[in-house]
Amino acid sequence: MGFATPTMRLARAHYELVVAHCLDGLPDEACGLFAGPLAQNDDGGRGDGLSTEPTGEITAVYLTTNADASARTYTVDSRELIKAMRDAEKAGGALVGVFHSHTHTDAYPSSTDVRQATYPEWIYALVSLKHPEPVLRAYRIRDGEIAEVAVEITG
Amino acid sequence: MAVEVMLPTVLRPHVGGAASVEADGTTVREVFDNLVAAHPGLDGQLVGEDGGVHKFVNVYRDDEDIRYLEALDTKLSDGDVVSILPAVAGG
Repeated sequence: MGFATPTMRLARAHYELVVAHCLDGLPDEACGLFAGPLAQNDDGGRGDGLSTEPTGEITAVYLTTNADASARTYTVDSRELIKAMRDAEKAGGALVGVFHSHTHTDAYPSSTDVRQATYPEWIYALVSLKHPEPVLRAYRIRDGEIAEVAVEITG
Repeated sequence: MAVEVMLPTVLRPHVGGAASVEADGTTVREVFDNLVAAHPGLDGQLVGEDGGVHKFVNVYRDDEDIRYLEALDTKLSDGDVVSILPAVAGG
């Protein structure tokens, strides 16, 4: 793949919050946001000098409303999005990713996910509820390319 | 009337890589018109084909979503900050 991927490090308590939120959302897709620190002096190769690359560490999880209220699509509520972003900035970090559930398909980005992936620096996590045991996997999506990100559940 | 417009990573290439730009206008619509005139690459990225806020972006005046204000007719004052965030969405 043409871009480096950090390892996503998610505390067990956060992981459990994410999975519970996805189960609570059924039959609809559920979604939420991840915050964490940014790597210093890493502009993701754009050359603009702005640090935007996540280190992969997740320090906060925001459980958001799926404004689509749909089993097929999700949109993070716009007001919850900016509120989470400001909260993350206040804590000295940034929003670094998003998760959403796939209720009947695998934890892999759908063509809609790829088309609408507009945050190249973010980690896109998918939670599949297809099987009794939920499965979380994470990716980066850039220019239509998908690269899997390793996930480490800590603590 | 100058306001600051904060741009997301995906739109920065259209303004030479800047994270924010200044633009004139008394409404969001005027600011967007002036922005597109100065940075033609933004054409079609901010306003949708229906003439409203493009459905794939959220636009905020001082952190309030303008869809809950007066949409593109939302009034701006000197020093206001307009933030553009791509919608976080998928399927």
